Amino acid sequence: APVHLMADSLKKAKIVVLGDSGVGKSSFVHLICHRQVLTNPSWTVGCNVEVKVHEYGKALSTSQSYFLEFWDMGGSPAYKKGRSIFYSNTNGIILVYDRTNRKSHDHLPKWMSEFHCSQQGGASTSKTSKQGLGFFSDSRGSLAYDPESFADQGVPVMIVGTKGDCARSASLSSNITGAIEINLDCNSLSQLTFDSQQTTELNKFFDKVIEKRYFPSYHMSNTGLGERHRSVSKRVSLN
Amino acid sequence: MVVGESEAVVAPGYGFGFVLDSTMMIITQALFFAFGWLFFMRKLFKYYEIHNVVIQLLFSVTITLSCTMFELIIFEIIGFLDSNSRYFHWHINLYLMLVVLIVIIPIYFAQQVVNAVRVVQRWKMGRFLPLAIWMLFVYFFWKIGDPFPILSTKHGIFSIEQLISRVGVIGVTLMAVLSGFGAVNAPYTYMTYFLRNVSENDIQGQEKRLHQTTDMIISKKKRIALAEKQSLAFEGESAAKQSGMRKVWNMFSGANPNSSENIGALQKEVGALEELAKQLYVEFVDMLLQKERVAYSKTFKGKYFDVLGHFFSIYCIYKIIICTVNIVFDRVGKVDPVTRGISITVNWIGLQVDVEFWSQHVSFILVGVIVVASIRGLLITFTKFFYAISSSKSSNVIVLCFAEIMGMYFVSSVLLMRMNMPEDYRVIITEVLGKELDFSFYHRWFDVIFLVSALSSIGVLYLVHEHTKDRKMSS
Repeated sequence: APVHLMADSLKKAKIVVLGDSGVGKSSFVHLICHRQVLTNPSWTVGCNVEVKVHEYGKALSTSQSYFLEFWDMGGSPAYKKGRSIFYSNTNGIILVYDRTNRKSHDHLPKWMSEFHCSQQGGASTSKTSKQGLGFFSDSRGSLAYDPESFADQGVPVMIVGTKGDCARSASLSSNITGAIEINLDCNSLSQLTFDSQQTTELNKFFDKVIEKRYFPSYHMSNTGLGERHRSVSKRVSLN
Repeated sequence: MVVGESEAVVAPGYGFGFVLDSTMMIITQALFFAFGWLFFMRKLFKYYEIHNVVIQLLFSVTITLSCTMFELIIFEIIGFLDSNSRYFHWHINLYLMLVVLIVIIPIYFAQQVVNAVRVVQRWKMGRFLPLAIWMLFVYFFWKIGDPFPILSTKHGIFSIEQLISRVGVIGVTLMAVLSGFGAVNAPYTYMTYFLRNVSENDIQGQEKRLHQTTDMIISKKKRIALAEKQSLAFEGESAAKQSGMRKVWNMFSGANPNSSENIGALQKEVGALEELAKQLYVEFVDMLLQKERVAYSKTFKGKYFDVLGHFFSIYCIYKIIICTVNIVFDRVGKVDPVTRGISITVNWIGLQVDVEFWSQHVSFILVGVIVVASIRGLLITFTKFFYAISSSKSSNVIVLCFAEIMGMYFVSSVLLMRMNMPEDYRVIITEVLGKELDFSFYHRWFDVIFLVSALSSIGVLYLVHEHTKDRKMSS
């Protein structure tokens, strides 16, 4: 069959890639989609979209192809205003931080809140309106973000730490519950070979995104009460 | 002063009073150092982790030395501290400043750059490269002084005046460029006359166009992805069936016999669309900014800035005229604004004022305002530039550059400030920086560069303004 007909018939899922400027989002997306290292990365202006064909249900006998769209946002603060128009209809979030730069890790909750504010229409940022989203006032009276209460209603999140071979300190733990986390090196393809641990985690995440979008009942029955109790709730405050 | 008197003053001048004054100076210097340190940590490196503390140290040291210079001028005006201590501290501060600006920062900068370049790391001689670069820097630094009639070579080569004269030239050029641009940019930014009105329709139209372009990019990339996948499968299956030549031909032409897609052509189209998308996005963000500015201009603060902008534009035109006059008629103001202002007050208005008292206080306020405004202005400009152009790899090198520029800038602002002070207070600057320096040269140089910078800024801003107006009308 001609390819352009097929392209419209395959279903798609949209994944948004967020993180501070210079952490390596564009390189990471390029690595996943093209299996090649990006040779001269330049600053992302606006939004770069890359597409990958993902086989859902590889283990099963009936595997279906889906398009995964990776929307790689330019992270620099100057472009903050325009970003929110790209956040609609998102089915998955990948947060990227730089393992040599602790501050890019500390800014991850801010990216989550930017994403959620845009989902709310971006208009009001008062405390009461945020409480519906899983924000609450903690004992100090500041606005804290409870990822657990939003994890069930929200989109699947994955955290990627890049530049692992250049990092000096040990890996940083994430405070965002329900998120899968992997660590990558700058320029090596070897970690994304067919059966490496990172690839398995990535594929698990992609499956989760597609499930959430197209088979919500299936997903709900899998994330039963057992998982909720197992996951440790950590609160992240956003000041 | 009788000789005996001055002798009696000098000897105990280096006794207890000196120790007290020095303690005072050291305390204030510690405060400046803390300010520089915190500024570096909180503002400059807001998004990066500080790996290299030496750079933070050098930056804070440069700020400390600069602020000390200004502090000493103010002390000179108000007569605080003993004059011998002041002279002593001036000299020490200046020596240190020159050592930092000419030796320490350039060598460290060269070392950082050399370390970042991977090719050099394997050379054995790589260790000497920073030194060689530094010597090159010193050579060019020396050469800068040649075309300018700054000094006679009476005093020999390695005197302070030679060094200060060159630092002064670089710094004055920087100051004039920044002033020229600032003088033109301030009215342009503040005045609502230049604001373009952006309607909701424009913004929504732009957003729609952006979404359309992104969707087109996505659909083309989907086709490419599928075609690539199929061609991989195809290669795997029938690799044995094809002859070698046919395989090579397929590889080069990008054509896939199994599908009707031409991957190469699609990729070119995608490239063009991505460029368009970037352009649209930049315009979109610009429109959002304009809308905010229009809304801000209707507020009270906005109106205040608008009025301020009108004053600035008058000041800017006045300065340009004065500079042209100065250059054409080759005149340098001999009388500083303070004394002139007071003499005008006395002669025209007829008020009887105590000239010395007022000249001291007015100079103090004027110099204070200039110092604070220039430090603040420079730091804010740096921070903006730093956020715009730095990345996590280049941040160290850029900060060192800034520290060097900042040091030179402040040394030359001391040089130029001399003209703003009454005769009595100019003495210390003349004494310390060197009696042989031709100060009037620097003022003329400042006027020339200021004029050039202001006129080119006007030209550039005009072109940008017209370009965006055209684009808006055609869209």
